[in-house]
Amino acid sequence: MTSTTLSHDVHPVHFDAYGKKLGMWIFLFTEVLLFGGLFLVYAAYRFLNHDAFHEGSAELNVVVGAINTVVLLTSSLTVAMSITALQRGDSKRAINLIMWTLILAGTFMFNKYYEWYTKWEHGLFPGMDHYKELPAGKAQFFNLYFFMTGLHAIHIIIGSILLMVIAFYIKKGTINQQRYTYLENGGLYWHLVDVIWIYLFPLFYLII
Amino acid sequence: MTAIPQSGTYINFFEVKRGFMSWLVTADHKRIALLYFYAIMGFFIVAFGLGLVMRLELIAPGATILDPQTYNEVFTLHGVIMIFLFIIPGIPAIFGNFALPMLIGAPDVAFPKLNLISWYLYVLGGLLALSTLLFGDGPADTGWTFYAPYSVKTGTNVTVAVLAAFVLGFSSILTGLNFIVTMHQMRAPGMTWFKMPLFPWALYATAWIQVLATPIIGITLLMIVAERTLGLGLFDPALGGDPVLYQHLFWIYSHPAVYIMALPAMGIVSETIPVFVKKSIFGYKVIVYSSLAIAFIGYFVWGHHMFTSGMSGPARVIFSVLTFLVAIPSAIKVFNWVATLYKGAIDIKVPLLYALAFIFQFAIGGLTGLVVGALATDIHVHDTYFVVGHFHYVMFGGTGFAFFGALHFYYPKIWGRMYNLKWANIAFVIFFIGFNLVYFPMLVLGMMGMPRRYYDYLPEFTLPNLISTIGSWVLAIGLVIMIVNLINGRKGPKASTNPWQSVTLDWTHTQSPPTLYNFDETPQVERGPYDYRNYEQYLKEHNKN
Amino acid sequence: MSDTQNTHVTGYRFSILIWVDLLILTLLTIEVAQFDFQSLTVIVALVIATIKSYLVGTHFMHLKFENKFLKAVVIGVGVLFLAVLIVLFSDYLFY
Repeated sequence: MTSTTLSHDVHPVHFDAYGKKLGMWIFLFTEVLLFGGLFLVYAAYRFLNHDAFHEGSAELNVVVGAINTVVLLTSSLTVAMSITALQRGDSKRAINLIMWTLILAGTFMFNKYYEWYTKWEHGLFPGMDHYKELPAGKAQFFNLYFFMTGLHAIHIIIGSILLMVIAFYIKKGTINQQRYTYLENGGLYWHLVDVIWIYLFPLFYLII
Repeated sequence: MTAIPQSGTYINFFEVKRGFMSWLVTADHKRIALLYFYAIMGFFIVAFGLGLVMRLELIAPGATILDPQTYNEVFTLHGVIMIFLFIIPGIPAIFGNFALPMLIGAPDVAFPKLNLISWYLYVLGGLLALSTLLFGDGPADTGWTFYAPYSVKTGTNVTVAVLAAFVLGFSSILTGLNFIVTMHQMRAPGMTWFKMPLFPWALYATAWIQVLATPIIGITLLMIVAERTLGLGLFDPALGGDPVLYQHLFWIYSHPAVYIMALPAMGIVSETIPVFVKKSIFGYKVIVYSSLAIAFIGYFVWGHHMFTSGMSGPARVIFSVLTFLVAIPSAIKVFNWVATLYKGAIDIKVPLLYALAFIFQFAIGGLTGLVVGALATDIHVHDTYFVVGHFHYVMFGGTGFAFFGALHFYYPKIWGRMYNLKWANIAFVIFFIGFNLVYFPMLVLGMMGMPRRYYDYLPEFTLPNLISTIGSWVLAIGLVIMIVNLINGRKGPKASTNPWQSVTLDWTHTQSPPTLYNFDETPQVERGPYDYRNYEQYLKEHNKN
Repeated sequence: MSDTQNTHVTGYRFSILIWVDLLILTLLTIEVAQFDFQSLTVIVALVIATIKSYLVGTHFMHLKFENKFLKAVVIGVGVLFLAVLIVLFSDYLFY
């Protein structure tokens, strides 16, 4: 992939796998701090509205949250395994495992949709009447719930598109046993999205 | 390496490809640096003009040329453009992009295409910011800080302005990411970390701040957008939110951002002084460590912008103490530069003049910074013109002067021509006098108690304001002379490859202008970056022509 | 054009083992949440989440086989975030 969309610049730089991975990690740090800012807000508001956050949490469906956690963890597994497959030269299996990841991502998004939809049915969706009447504190819980899980869902979508592109290039052979850095980087992104969910789950669903 | 021809002749990076399109799809770090240069200078001149307009409004008490609402919009746009479109990207994106690969002996940055993408994001962000002028209820009137709750309530185009800042932040992150990987992976053989020149070191520290602080403002601005468009009242006290938290988040980025602006400028100064003193920099490692220390401590001092915002007592004390800590490494650098000058063979050329002006003005900016960083005195001068004077001394008197110093320094390398040195000196003197005429009276006005961000003031503040406005004209004249001189320099005499007799790789091992991939062969580094022992002999052996 | 990536291959079986650990920890965090440890409840939840992230980071993200610099920076970013949180709470705690 060092060649050629920008024609005259075939750089005299060799393919630097570690450099690309380092770049990806640095990008992940920016993602960590992007969500980090939200976790700061969460911490401050939970501190200020302690009881209201408990009440808000009680209205979320732990079962759906738990299922989604398992789904995401499993998708992380399939991505990790697809890297193993490609490293062993089995690109067909690698693509298959990415497909499984995408299916799991779809499942996650479906559950998310179901969850938000039930909230919508109860009028508990940003902009709706019931939502506007939420008492102080509880309103903040739901603001953060929608903002943070929403942003996380956007990351799932971006990650899925990324993995689709990667699967395409594996099929084309550009990403292969010798050069799997792009798959590795896509995997890194996917795992990070998983890690963020690992924190979101107890912080929103499990406040007893 | 196809573009490099047979020995004898050389093709510089301007000539490799011709035509407008070849610039828009380039991945060459030098061309991207120039793309940044023209875009950034364009925005700078717009914001400079807005500054002149504000000074003109303030020439006398009462409304003169602007109504209050327009004045608010003008200072907001001035701030947004100057901060996000000029000072933050200025030195890293132009001179960093241009010189960094050459300083470390690399053919390009690590991700050339990403580099171009950053430029497009920059342009997109800039156009978004300017577009707020064109529609709706006019540009944002919140100040560049976009403080909630006003930024949520006002009818002006805050949403677009905030998105512009978000996009620009993304551009800044990608530049930082690129530079970090470049310095890790692409240093020439023999160039150990501690043989790396100080401008790259400054960019390295800066890049980490860009990467680790910018996302915080990114998300904060998105929260403002969500509050304005989706009705998520994230900073609404009636919903259990806290507007002061907005200020916290804003400054968690924007204080480190001050070091994104200052560190590269310090790098330029560290790079220029040894060249014109022909002497190794004093305390190389100390300068390196102080850059890293500034980057690190600078992350924890944000609260000093909020002493009057209603923070808890202990928090205010903690932030004040941390602020004093961050002054130490900055002061260390000043001592190092001065010590480098001591007993050096000082050759006063324009770039050195700008560097010396930097030291002088940055020292004033830094020391007034301690006045506003100290809890008790800040309460007195907070939100007065003292603060305006202080940060212009740091931002413009410091970084701005370093920027123009860097421009004069790298000019012969970039274009292979030399501007008129005499006129450059004249422009500098006028610029320097103008700058101090504009901003020193502001420090006085602040002490007298004149609040900032008003179009009007009490009659007793008239004289210093008049001086300041006249100063702004002097400053503008200096700028015009400088720009005209630099434009004329394009037709000036051919410059040698190393007119300043520097011993760093960017001057010794490349042509002026450089070739596409900078070096004919990868340089081997044996000497330290500022090793001026027997430099005449060394340059005779290594200089290009 | 040699490709110098670290060539360590994590076996399928080992990955599945990690996944099982992660599932057990998920179950644990749900179970533990039933009990009220007062102010410690959040801490317990965060500790379990951090152990899970550690597993994902070390094994799925191959941090175990990366160089010291990368490991140090990953930890550094975590510490930086914690430090910012603590400094921020110097305002909220004493308000």
